[in-house]
Amino acid sequence: MKTVAADPKGVDSGPHFMDGDHALAEGALAAGCRFFAGYPITPSTETAERFAERAPEVGAMFIQMEDELASIAANIGAAWAGQKVMTVTCGPGFSLMTENLGLACMTETPMVIANVQRGGPSTGLPTLTAQQDMMQARYGPHGDNMIIALCPDSPQECFDLTVEAFNLSEFYRVPVIILTDETVGHMHEKVVIPPADQIKIVPRNNYSGPKEDCRPYKFDSKGGHPMVRAGDGYNFHITGLTHNEKGYPVMTAEQNVKVVTHLMEKINSNADDIIRLDEDQIDGADVVVVSYGITSRIAVKAIQDARKEGIKVGSLRLITIWPFCEKRIRELTGKVKAFVVPEINYGQMVKEVERCAGSHSKVISVNHCGGAVHDPAVILDAIRKANQ
Amino acid sequence: MSTQEIRFSGFGGQGIIRCALITGKALSLYDDKFATMTQAFGPEARGSACAAQLVVSDERVLYPYITHPGVLVALSQEAYDKYYGELPKGGILIVEEDLVKLRGEHPDLRLMRVPATRFAEELGNRLFTNLVALGFFTAVTNVVTADAMKKALPGLVPERFLKINVKAFDKGYEYGIQMNKNTRGEVL
Repeated sequence: MKTVAADPKGVDSGPHFMDGDHALAEGALAAGCRFFAGYPITPSTETAERFAERAPEVGAMFIQMEDELASIAANIGAAWAGQKVMTVTCGPGFSLMTENLGLACMTETPMVIANVQRGGPSTGLPTLTAQQDMMQARYGPHGDNMIIALCPDSPQECFDLTVEAFNLSEFYRVPVIILTDETVGHMHEKVVIPPADQIKIVPRNNYSGPKEDCRPYKFDSKGGHPMVRAGDGYNFHITGLTHNEKGYPVMTAEQNVKVVTHLMEKINSNADDIIRLDEDQIDGADVVVVSYGITSRIAVKAIQDARKEGIKVGSLRLITIWPFCEKRIRELTGKVKAFVVPEINYGQMVKEVERCAGSHSKVISVNHCGGAVHDPAVILDAIRKANQ
Repeated sequence: MSTQEIRFSGFGGQGIIRCALITGKALSLYDDKFATMTQAFGPEARGSACAAQLVVSDERVLYPYITHPGVLVALSQEAYDKYYGELPKGGILIVEEDLVKLRGEHPDLRLMRVPATRFAEELGNRLFTNLVALGFFTAVTNVVTADAMKKALPGLVPERFLKINVKAFDKGYEYGIQMNKNTRGEVL
């Protein structure tokens, strides 16, 4: 990935005492996002507010649209007009965005969507936390497609991972979803925004060659293929239909194989480069706790207590949720007695761990419906059981 | 201090959330501590009662919510009634002297009373009540330094009111220091 230093105009360098929602907006501005179309919804509204407030001084555009369907549609349009784009929402709004999320996947449109999760289903628990949209982010749109999703555990990571989300999104030309939650979104902590020259960003890569060679698509799975900017004088087409490299519809089984294979493999075949994990004391562990987001912090408290009891327990924190870290789980399978998977949902990512672990290691789900974080004692109890 | 949990409470408009923001910023940016702040965010926060919580530690805060509050600042009757029961023996209870009618002597708690609203009115506006209370809180607890608190104010109070807010903080702080002396210099 070719990177350049961030544009200082968007970077509010220095230490801040900031909530996760605001840090998402600051991360976007630092990464060069200059267009944000969104619709307010608790608990994500503060991100839109911060972006709207900062937009005039940075030279960005903020539009409050009529709903979430229009928000993501406007973002797709702005992305093809050359802008880095972002929107933010939570479950109910994410459901509405799902149709056009599929369009963004199919048209390989870079964009970042933050889902500040609250309890569901439906309008659920507007003001309370959850991690219930993990599978929706991956499998929401119809048809085969693949996205990247990242999961911050703090306001600091809301900033850092938003910058990373934009970089991945630009390079792989794929929507990147930040799956945060109400707790992290509304929690204030110290956030250090580095100087602009220390923030590496992947700039928008627009095609500038001869007209006859212009191809908005290349089905080679490698990433880094340039966008074509509307208004630059090139003839090209963008459609949700199965298309050729010029973007025009070619509705055949053969072409679908090319397109879909590319959409899946540009992420899957680069998974090793994309996936980031935070591991602690995994070597020699009998039990590994697999967690993400706010739950991973609660889990650390339980892990510390378990270690005091002499249990050899490691921590595997998923910073990248999708693509899932299949390889790492398979490596550990058989070496550890059990995986413990706490999450604020009825058991979603645990299914992925089970799939990779097969019958070689026990997998214990510490599921917990929305509304509150875990009691660390419950996770500790699961670690004890796993160690038996 | 390893970990300390603090609840600021009162009614909407008293600047309760601001109290927690200023203290959290002071601790994490200027006092070299880790501070995590959360606030009541349910529909109940839109009524009269209002609370914000801080977990303060020398290490990274893992669990963001408070479970064993050691300090309660209650600037309204409702807030006092709702929260004083959760303080453990030896916990610090700071109340607004004119607004809170105590339900007993609280012999198990370290009770500190401050006429924050009256002092703020003497300075010209009851809007400064929260800064008087913060100054008092800073003086009678060992949570945060006055220096850090003053450094934290710019950006969290309107610039044109910065001086008067510092004055309000000092008023509460001096009153707190005086009170410490009256209790034989015992700092809580």
